[in-house]
Amino acid sequence: MTMAPTENVGLLSVRELRTHFDTDVGVARAVDGVSFDIAPGECVALVGESGCGKSVTSLTIMRLLPTPPARIAGGSIRFENRDLLALPEREMCAVRGAEIAMIFQEPQSALNPVFTIGNQILEAYLVHRPGTPVREVWERAVDALRAVGIPDPQKRMDDYPHQLSGGMKQRVCIAMALICEPKLLIADEPTTALDVTIQAQILELLRKLQRERRLALLLITHDLGIVAEMASRTFVMYAGKVVESGATRDLFARPLHPYTQGLLRARPEPGSSQRGRKRLAVIPGMVPVATQFKDDCRFRARCPLAGPPCAAEPALRELRPGHHAACHFTRAEGIEAWTEAAAPAGQGGAA
Amino acid sequence: MNTSATHPETAPAAPPSAPAPLLEVRGLTKHFPIRRGLLSNIVGHVKAVTDVSFAIAPGQTLGLVGESGCGKTTTGRCVLQLERPTSGQVIFEGRDLTTLDDAALRPLRRRMQVIFQDPYSSLNPRKTILSIVSLPLRVHKVGDASTWRAKVEEILDLVGLPRRVLHSYPGQLSGGQRQRVAVARALIMRPEVVVCDEPTSSLDVSVQAQILNLLISLRRDLGLTYLLISHNLAVVEHLATRVAVMYLGRIVEEADTERIFRNPRHPYTRALLKSVLTPEPGLGVPELHLGAGFPNPLDPPSGCTFHPRCVSVRPECSEKTPPERRDEEGYVACHLY
Repeated sequence: MTMAPTENVGLLSVRELRTHFDTDVGVARAVDGVSFDIAPGECVALVGESGCGKSVTSLTIMRLLPTPPARIAGGSIRFENRDLLALPEREMCAVRGAEIAMIFQEPQSALNPVFTIGNQILEAYLVHRPGTPVREVWERAVDALRAVGIPDPQKRMDDYPHQLSGGMKQRVCIAMALICEPKLLIADEPTTALDVTIQAQILELLRKLQRERRLALLLITHDLGIVAEMASRTFVMYAGKVVESGATRDLFARPLHPYTQGLLRARPEPGSSQRGRKRLAVIPGMVPVATQFKDDCRFRARCPLAGPPCAAEPALRELRPGHHAACHFTRAEGIEAWTEAAAPAGQGGAA
Repeated sequence: MNTSATHPETAPAAPPSAPAPLLEVRGLTKHFPIRRGLLSNIVGHVKAVTDVSFAIAPGQTLGLVGESGCGKTTTGRCVLQLERPTSGQVIFEGRDLTTLDDAALRPLRRRMQVIFQDPYSSLNPRKTILSIVSLPLRVHKVGDASTWRAKVEEILDLVGLPRRVLHSYPGQLSGGQRQRVAVARALIMRPEVVVCDEPTSSLDVSVQAQILNLLISLRRDLGLTYLLISHNLAVVEHLATRVAVMYLGRIVEEADTERIFRNPRHPYTRALLKSVLTPEPGLGVPELHLGAGFPNPLDPPSGCTFHPRCVSVRPECSEKTPPERRDEEGYVACHLY
């Protein structure tokens, strides 16, 4: 499996991916040149605000987007030396769910309300391994439920989704995703719909599964706190592009891109009541609309550093070992983009 | 509104309950009947809120936190009389709202407003911003058509929206702008109390910061009093002057924000605070020892309802309801104290 002369031994390798949507008001370049790799057993995070293209990236990998309106305008997705974008649909079906599985934000809408939990897990397995004796699959499903920490799994097999809490439903989704023992799990905002107490449990479970089964995890989230606890490497997306990437530790210790710096400062910090509360830093303005992206720096209109060079699109440069940023101004030692003087006056840039 | 400020009102000027509270809730209880069968017989009750009491002094912010299903939103709705409580009192300016009929409530309702979680569903997509924000003026017949527009423009300035959005529809605005519209609509009657029900949880991080800053400066400039309902502890810590933690319909702990985050007493509060993820890589996911899940509210556990999930559980916890302790530190309902 590793004999191919590709540049790395990555499990998944996304190169210059472009996913565009043809809409009535023009082409929306939702994902516009995104590259990243995931090694076996690694947890990589794609982080960004709504509309940055992180979910479209994951759906493109799974080939779950309807075409049209979606269109792959360029790039490649290699999974264990297969080009996923070139696979015939029938072969893609064998990959989807069996080798790459996915869990979603809302477990209640990911489960079918009229079938039992057991029924749905069985189906997920039998689709890929038809002809397996049902008794054997049943045992396997019970084991899967037990592995994700569902108490009394024998009994739960006969439950309907509405009989379970949100956290339990997400555990069922994880069990279902892992029943065929995939190598890569894509988790799209896996805890956003859950309570904070349940969130910690689900994250711990994902981490345990990742470690024990050498499962690679692509974590899609807007929450920098989750990224910090989970991912070994992080890709920050903005308006369809990766603006910064690197080891999570480096990225949080020394964010290089003004957008990453702004995101970290805008978060109300735990402990503020002890250290004295400050006004939250604000990134003024809003994310540009995908149909109106230009070939300049897309963060330009909101950036305190913006200047004439920003009319040209900045390339992702490696400024420190393994740490890339796409900004004309930032340097290896970092920059202080958001000094108090540069921050917009007044309440959120208006008044 | 400049950059130097830590908020002057965060240091509580006086001990709680020293100034007369603007809003006081006493023994608030709300049970919803469960109906089954052809004749819709009542077969039981969901005890959404049980014996909840708190007071908010003018200009203060009480943060109501807890997991989904703990009754925090129902409490907010009962305070506003959108939901009539089963028992208990809601006292606003010396009058018990629960005893008033709709006609008598109307003038008081102007002075208590609400901001909801989702600015996508709380604004009518077929009305212009002018129409949405001026609706309270029309309902309460304040002024006439000639003054409405001026009042709306004034409030848009206050919440940081450009006047050109007057004739826009909600669909043309971003999430943050829509939430500003919701804030404008709540403030146009110049209320004293605003119930903020998860005001930022559907917003992106950078936009959330804008709305939180706005809520803080409005509180300072207009002397607003907030009841802040949120599951996001970092938001509550940032905004609230006092915090009440709810579990399964009851308040289990209440104290000043600074105190509760420094020294949480109830085991549930401790677990909740531990669950906050910090942007510091390498700390790992916190282990909460909270057990599998939220109990069934139809059949709450005996004794202290938190005992099946509690790390410090003792034999008496499953038998007796915990004693309520009120001291200089605040309020806590737990057998440990």
